[in-house]
Amino acid sequence: MTRRRLALLLLAWAVGCATPALAIDADEPLPDPDRQALYKRLTHEVRCLVCQNQTLADSTAPLAADLRRELRELVADGRSEDEIKRFLTERYGDFVLYRPRFSARNALLWLAPALLLAGGLVWLYRIVRRRAALPLDDDEEAGGTT
Amino acid sequence: MTRFAIPVVVFALLVGLFWLGLGKDPTLVPSPLIGKPMPAFSMPRLNDPSRALTDADLRGQVSLLNVWATWCVGCRQEHATLLAISKTGEVPIYGLNWKDDSLQARAWLQRLGNPYAAIGVDADGRVAIDWGVYGAPETFLMAPDGTVLYKHIAPLTMEVWEREFLPRIRAARGGQG
Repeated sequence: MTRRRLALLLLAWAVGCATPALAIDADEPLPDPDRQALYKRLTHEVRCLVCQNQTLADSTAPLAADLRRELRELVADGRSEDEIKRFLTERYGDFVLYRPRFSARNALLWLAPALLLAGGLVWLYRIVRRRAALPLDDDEEAGGTT
Repeated sequence: MTRFAIPVVVFALLVGLFWLGLGKDPTLVPSPLIGKPMPAFSMPRLNDPSRALTDADLRGQVSLLNVWATWCVGCRQEHATLLAISKTGEVPIYGLNWKDDSLQARAWLQRLGNPYAAIGVDADGRVAIDWGVYGAPETFLMAPDGTVLYKHIAPLTMEVWEREFLPRIRAARGGQG
């Protein structure tokens, strides 16, 4: 294989790899740039339930196209972000949002890092207190460390 | 002794939690509709597009709504089960023909038999979105007052029918007196 051929082949391969970069959502942007920004943000935050690790913006599934159409209409209608998220969660549950909202059911999950940190600090404090109350042992006295 | 027991117990609890988590199917998303009134809808009927099939048609009886399409492999799998269920006469099965070609849908029913009391055509998938449908086949069970009692995702089998649907149907009837 000549060098030139190899270069062409590599080029074809690179172009092939780049196809996912083509727009999936090929519709015209909404006339109002704020609304278009909201639409874009929402499609990047809503899960496609057919292919669960993709957002609506990433997915080529027919259901994702339907949901994009639905979102586009709600956004063009002037609905707020909260209203649209409620529309989605009433139908598909919290799982449809990539950034889940705080609720009684997932409160423990949201609060777990703070609780674990607080628990760890209490534990640490008690260990430090207990150690401080112990008499120094021989090594420490002899070594005269700080 | 307790010093060593604590980490061991915590570890065992975590293992138990993860073990339970592994057994769950993440593709089954629980429906937020259960326990709520069914979404209102109006769809042209497959066999008579001039008439509408609406949620009012399902009320007043325990009913099933089955989401199907001719492009759906799982629907082909469950078709015999639906026919068998319709033969028992336990509950009427309503169909939601999801994003399908009506000609093909009619041909499918002629060829394989029609288990449905009536079928609504949801050509653009809007009714399906209101029901939170994300993959056919899906089957909803409704009480006479229109409350959604249960949703099954995946092809119906006789085993699922007997285990999940029949007890709920009988309970719903018992509740109605």
